[in-house]
Amino acid sequence: MIDTLLALITEPLAHEFMQRALLVSILIGTVCSIFSCFLVLKGWSLMGDAVSHAVLPGLALAFVIGIPLSIGAFIAGLFCALATGYIKDNSRVKEDAVMGIVFSGLFALGLVMLTKIETDVHLLHVLFGNILGISSQDVIEAGTIAILCSLIMLIKRRDFMLYCFDPAHASVIGLRVRFLHFGLLILLALTIVSSLKAAGIILVISMLIAPGATGFMLTKSFDRMLIIAMSVSIFSCITGTLMSFHLDVATAPLIVVIQAALFIMAVFVGRQTQGMKEVSYGT
Amino acid sequence: MSNPIVTIKNLSVTYPNGHHALEDVSVNLKSGSICGLVGVNGAGKSTLFKAMMGFVKPTAGNVSIDGMSVRNALKKNLVSYVPQTEEVDWDFPVLVEDVVMMGRYGHMGFLRRPSKTDHDAVAQALERVNMSEYKKRQIGELSGGQRKRIFVARALAQGGNIILLDEPFTGVDIKTEDSLIDLFQSLVAEGRLILVATHNLGSVPSFCDEVILINKTLLAYGSVETTFTQDNLSKAFGGMLRHHQLIGADLHDDEDARGVTVLTDDERPLVLYGEEGGKKIVRTPKRKKADKT
Amino acid sequence: MIDLLLEPFTYNYMFKAIWVCALVGGVCAFLSSYLMLKGWSLMGDALAHSIVPGVALAYLLALPYAVGAFFTGILAALSMAIVKQKTKLREDAIIGLVFTTFFAIGLLIVSINPTAVNIQAIILGNILAISDYDIAQVVIISFICLFVLLLKWKDLVAVFFDENHARSIGLPVNALKITFFTLLSAATVAALQTVGACLVIAMVVTPGATAYLLTDRFGRLITISVLLGSLTSALGAYASYFLDANPGGLIVTLQTLIFLAAFFFAPKYGLLKVRKTIAKKVGA
Ligand SMILES: Nc1ncnc2c1ncn2[C@@H]1O[C@H](COP(=O)(O)OP(=O)(O)O)[C@@H](O)[C@H]1O
Ligand SMILES: [Mg+2]
Repeated sequence: MIDTLLALITEPLAHEFMQRALLVSILIGTVCSIFSCFLVLKGWSLMGDAVSHAVLPGLALAFVIGIPLSIGAFIAGLFCALATGYIKDNSRVKEDAVMGIVFSGLFALGLVMLTKIETDVHLLHVLFGNILGISSQDVIEAGTIAILCSLIMLIKRRDFMLYCFDPAHASVIGLRVRFLHFGLLILLALTIVSSLKAAGIILVISMLIAPGATGFMLTKSFDRMLIIAMSVSIFSCITGTLMSFHLDVATAPLIVVIQAALFIMAVFVGRQTQGMKEVSYGT
Repeated sequence: MSNPIVTIKNLSVTYPNGHHALEDVSVNLKSGSICGLVGVNGAGKSTLFKAMMGFVKPTAGNVSIDGMSVRNALKKNLVSYVPQTEEVDWDFPVLVEDVVMMGRYGHMGFLRRPSKTDHDAVAQALERVNMSEYKKRQIGELSGGQRKRIFVARALAQGGNIILLDEPFTGVDIKTEDSLIDLFQSLVAEGRLILVATHNLGSVPSFCDEVILINKTLLAYGSVETTFTQDNLSKAFGGMLRHHQLIGADLHDDEDARGVTVLTDDERPLVLYGEEGGKKIVRTPKRKKADKT
Repeated sequence: MIDLLLEPFTYNYMFKAIWVCALVGGVCAFLSSYLMLKGWSLMGDALAHSIVPGVALAYLLALPYAVGAFFTGILAALSMAIVKQKTKLREDAIIGLVFTTFFAIGLLIVSINPTAVNIQAIILGNILAISDYDIAQVVIISFICLFVLLLKWKDLVAVFFDENHARSIGLPVNALKITFFTLLSAATVAALQTVGACLVIAMVVTPGATAYLLTDRFGRLITISVLLGSLTSALGAYASYFLDANPGGLIVTLQTLIFLAAFFFAPKYGLLKVRKTIAKKVGA
């Protein structure tokens, strides 16, 4: 019994590509889950959506210029966030509409560029990720960015948390709010870039929301929310990667579905469930 | 005579959409007083606060605090701000004590790890607003008045000398309002400057020393006795107030010519009583100050 | 020269692509006038991604794709409503969570049987190779939407502008809102064929937002928006013949460029004009 269970784990790991897949999924699972806590609370969940779609023209341009694709993707993602802010501040169109216009415009541009330019960017891999085909080089690149972003976020989590909770107060006590704002955007773009190869630009959105939402359901302290989110995310990444091998289905979608299942479980036992909430109201 | 610590000079603010929110406002505020900032909704009260904290850039004029630019004053934690509570996300997973601790971040090191001093300051601040027993609650699990008090505690923990409160009495019961006013008065007695934005006229004379009346521009500024008059209030509120006046014979059975004027928008009414149909203020007696030694 | 310009029309598939795109573009643009005013823009994106598993299943089982799409669209909307009712999460997080999960389920279904479904066609549109069967579905959906919108557009304005007032004058507010969202998902299902799941959001947001920068009257806003939506869609499909690029990408790029032009140069609300007025007022 225990032997068969063990075999379920060791068998996939006999393959080198599975080892790489597992490692990279754990790394990006960690950094995405840390971010998800802030995005969910700040109301920026769809910022992840926008930035990740917007990286497409960056990939194409980077290929043309001959710089690393990640740098192009990073710049395009950041450009999307900044352009959204600029157009929102200077027109009467609502923020969500501006965001939709900007990222869909960039995505469309990227699509046109990729069909016109001969690149080695495989469109379907960008869209859906290709975790099983990842190279050691990719693992090192994604891993470095992921670890760096994770460390910065964890070390400065209190400042970022205060910024999400009450930016006005953060500014009043002398924190550099613009710095925090753009820092968060830059780190978000970096995180998305690091996850592109493994998860693709659509599923990364889910990894940037679900763990934080699960943590939110289960605790009322921010630090605990972080810990829960990270555990949930890493657990899903490990089981998802191993199960996808045995079931012979796509890896990243399976991870996302497992994360969603865990979220649904959390909804039913969570503290933030409405029914529970009424009980805890006191005066 | 105390010297002014907030100097607002010819301040104008125009929002990016072209809306002029403030035009040419100048006031000097000194420490040791409570100043009411009174005006209708949309008069620019919040905008004035935002300019004082550097959230919006003045299109003309400037604000200086203790002779410093706003930015430097904020770095020194001179200013505390209590926001309009509607703007806060009450489901945020933070406990009451976490929120108050946020007031201390400006005093902490790079990692924002609280020291003993910080813990003490938080405990004291919670004590002063009578919320110590709620410190482990999630902030959403508090009543309206308690929520206000937590944000006041955060301002206290921060230890700023200038405290800005944006509409602190909206949605608060009379008892909490009174205890907040007592707290403000004891804070002022310690030499702080408190600026309270409100459209709640009734309580202004009972706790403010000075008032600023604004409606886009500065209408009047000065001590409550000389400034908080019916004429000025009509200027500030235009037709927005319900206005009841009972003069001489309507009110008295004798020869007394004095009258009562009741001005109210929605909350506490302002009662003016005296000559000229109650156009001059007879000041409601000020609440007892915190015992000064 | 003229011959060259008319060349696309000599091909049956190009001709079809152009008029189908124009029709769908117009319907989506009509809806966009309402959507972008309410802060619900990303709902369009969410619906478009959520219907992917339904479309994939329908193609697998050889059913009409619109049926599968509708089914999962409604399922996604229900899931959002349930999560919203049960939790205190912000709305954007709920929307993001549900649509990406549905999308992931779609990919899982496809990965079980990769050859049966052309996933790229679902995500990026497939208007140049669309089957007559699919065209029939798109056309039926579009005409129903247009019909309902032309009948009820004023009621919808009233509801979206001031719900309470609408209720007080006896309009069936909830029914109208449900109608609107049904129309939105229907339009999404249609637009999936022209621009694909990833770009539907532009079709249901950009033309309306552009028109919003150009006028203050709602009736005119709808007219401008529909014209823009139809023309850009037709033009994008037409240009794809010469440029040999993805028609959806071209349509949306075109729409975005026109939006940017309006953002800078609109007579009243354009950036340049607003800058000038502020400078004048401050100077005065
Ligand atoms: N961010 C903003 N952009 C444009 N106009 C604004 C903004 N904030 C406030 N205003 C406008 O400025 C005026 C003053 O607002 P505010 O200072 O909030 O008033 P008060 O706090 O006195 O009710 C209002 O007419 C308001 O509509
Ligand atoms: Mg205000």
